[in-house]
Amino acid sequence: MKLNSNKKIHLLVDSVKMALIIAIACGLVSLIVFAVSKEPGTAIYNFFIGPFTSLRRIGNIVEVASPLMFTALAVIIIFGSGQFSMIAEGSFFIGTAGAMIVAIACPLPAGLHPAAAILFAGVLGALAALIPALLKMKWNVSELVTSIMLNYVIQFFAIYLVTYYFREMESSSLCSVQFQETATLPVILGGTRIHAGVILALAACGAVWLCMYRTSYGTQLRITGDNALFAKYSGLNVTGVMVAAQVIAGAIAGIGGGAELLGMYNRFKWTATPGYGWTGIVVALLARNNPLLVPLAAAFIAYLNVGADIMARSSDVGREMVDIIQGVMMFLIAAEALLQGWRQRMIVKAAKAEEEAQA
Amino acid sequence: MTEALHMKHIVKVYSNGVMANKDVTLCVGQGEIHALSGENGAGKSTLMKILFGEEQATSGEIFVNGKQEHITSPQMAIRLGIGMVHQHFMLVPSLSVTENVIMGTEPRKGLFIDQKHARQQVEELGKKYNLYIDPDKKIRDLTVGQKQKVEILKALFRGAKILILDEPTAVLTPQETAELFEELKHLRESGYTIIFISHKLNEIKEICDRITIIRRGVTMGVHNVADVTEEDISRLMVGRDVVLKIEKKPAKPGKPLLRVKNLKVADETGAIHLNGVSFTLREGEILGIAGVEGNGQSQMINAITGMGHVSSGSIELAGNDITGAGVRKIRSMKLAHIPEDRMTAGVAANLSIRENVIADKLSWKRFSSGGLLKRKEIRTYGEEMVREYQILCKSQDVEIGSLSGGNIQKGVVARELSAEPVVVVANQPTRGVDVGASEFIRQRLIDIRDQGKGVLLITSDLNEVLGLSDSLIVMYEGRIVAYISDVSSMTEAELGTYMLGIQTQPEERIKEALHETEQ
Repeated sequence: MKLNSNKKIHLLVDSVKMALIIAIACGLVSLIVFAVSKEPGTAIYNFFIGPFTSLRRIGNIVEVASPLMFTALAVIIIFGSGQFSMIAEGSFFIGTAGAMIVAIACPLPAGLHPAAAILFAGVLGALAALIPALLKMKWNVSELVTSIMLNYVIQFFAIYLVTYYFREMESSSLCSVQFQETATLPVILGGTRIHAGVILALAACGAVWLCMYRTSYGTQLRITGDNALFAKYSGLNVTGVMVAAQVIAGAIAGIGGGAELLGMYNRFKWTATPGYGWTGIVVALLARNNPLLVPLAAAFIAYLNVGADIMARSSDVGREMVDIIQGVMMFLIAAEALLQGWRQRMIVKAAKAEEEAQA
Repeated sequence: MTEALHMKHIVKVYSNGVMANKDVTLCVGQGEIHALSGENGAGKSTLMKILFGEEQATSGEIFVNGKQEHITSPQMAIRLGIGMVHQHFMLVPSLSVTENVIMGTEPRKGLFIDQKHARQQVEELGKKYNLYIDPDKKIRDLTVGQKQKVEILKALFRGAKILILDEPTAVLTPQETAELFEELKHLRESGYTIIFISHKLNEIKEICDRITIIRRGVTMGVHNVADVTEEDISRLMVGRDVVLKIEKKPAKPGKPLLRVKNLKVADETGAIHLNGVSFTLREGEILGIAGVEGNGQSQMINAITGMGHVSSGSIELAGNDITGAGVRKIRSMKLAHIPEDRMTAGVAANLSIRENVIADKLSWKRFSSGGLLKRKEIRTYGEEMVREYQILCKSQDVEIGSLSGGNIQKGVVARELSAEPVVVVANQPTRGVDVGASEFIRQRLIDIRDQGKGVLLITSDLNEVLGLSDSLIVMYEGRIVAYISDVSSMTEAELGTYMLGIQTQPEERIKEALHETEQ
């Protein structure tokens, strides 16, 4: 009874808090837009309503959400094991490079081709994540530092591959030659670019949730993440659990990279990592580390990005606005004290009511 | 009697919905030693945190020396003359006594600390109140009893007139306790007011003037200590009659279960913590390990349970060599371990009770197959554990960290004893646990023994070690200094002389602990 009432209080306060955060962030955007723009009405309309004005634009939201789901899942798994590897970024990017190699250099029948490319992307992502994990295990090197450094290595390695082995010579800007037609992921909704990778992302969310809450390994992961000493004392293979978490997370991020490349592009065009690993942290935070809330959180962040793009194209306000919103939101989500007084008053009331009911 | 302190109708609801104080009133007179007693989770610590400004009361009033105050921080409590001596000492080991005492309130000479003056002040204060400790000694070179004196000095130095002592005797030997009591009496005569938090009824009887008892967040009344018996106090605390004396049948020791031979443990710095310890734990026996904390007990337990390393020597569990083996292997050979500090090693505080009791059994066929959890089985098992071990909770789904200390410990004990152990290593199994839960946990350990299993009991509670053990080892500076095969012949005072290293048994007697002849 008490637990239920407390759960309700937390749910209510958390929902209101989230709504308030979004409102504050949006309010702040409006404020800035009014300050800097000559045509604030157009800018704000395009930002908030723009993403819903056509099927194509709604499709954009889903497309942008897709890679974020993968990286957010990777972040949830890694942080859930109590490690702070930032390798989601690197694993994602090495995944795109891997998928590119298979898509260009390995002739395979349609259907099998993207599957093989994405699988290879996953393997590379896992290998990349294994490096900081092993360094931590063997020599106790901070995975935070090594993963961030490795992200740079991966970025330049991928660009080196494109520049020296797969470059389109006829193009003035840096991009790879075209992928074989058999390699691209099919579009699943006409009039948009929503591709099969989205289904993969949704499936991954479900699979990660199942893994974390329904398997023996998932329980070990959560125990290790909460108290590593207790995990050791319970006889769990703590380093094994941690390394496995990073490898699984790397594979997911890598698969995300592969799916993104084959779903959205027919050439490799990036000249720097797209930053989905970092945004994945925002999404994970917004989803309160719950894999089942990841699609929702990713869609929201994607909506902001699409809105910002439309605004940038049709008004005098830049798309950087979205970074401000993300920053403000992260700040507010991390602010524990927000609405805490209200929550406390309700909890006190519930506790007293229960006390009286018992008496 | 003038009131030094009056806390009226204090209510405290924590943010997780736990109502720790429902209606607590505490009235302490000037110049008395006032006992504050209650089971764990009754709300004593919460009340003291409110008094010391670490937590804010949801409602209620506090009067200090007749004046109403809102204590919003420890700094303010200190200004009002309230001093706290924590159970876990808050001292910097690498600094001197003087530096620790003056920390935060240093006497200054311009920009610098007036070292000479400070040293002199600390020395005088110590002499005045019978708490003398060499002001230049480093904290790390002091004994536990001396560290406690430094804590008291620290409070006095800050001008405390009301001293709160949180379970001060938990870590002391009988001799040190007697010394502490003399000092407290001296402070009382000098006009200080002392709030003495304790579970130990005999100590309350010995030193306190009045007692306030709290049960489940409500004051059960205040009594003159002289007018109530120990039985009365425990009944008021627990709400029912409690067996204070530990009842058990004589032990029938059988074959050796755990044999430790010449065990040595040194750390990376070369410091030797354990220097050649040998003993045998037999079937159907509770073997107690007594000793002042820090005499190698932790290193020994870590070596036996796989949590720490072994430098040399051997450990055998039921005839199998487990020297240097990992926790998983040792657990699979049916050794259970109740850890010294439940919060650091005993639980994952943010996970549910169910997940905590199952943590060591995830690979059991009963609870998982092919990597998937059998949820129904696990739920039934969680229900079983909560019921059988009387864990007071709303449901098995609540985070174990939100329970009171005693109930968390019951969860730990439930997990360990339900793992079908052959040997139980129980390290401080009832530390900080209330009378009712302690009785329960001790009875469980006796049951395990009566089933022919072995229990290795490490405890700093002398009552417990003497009452529960069948035979006893005393450790001092990494060695066994005494082996007592029949504990009933032992007194607390005699045990104290071994614990302090004043007396040592001859080698032959100590060797008997190994029971080598009875293979």
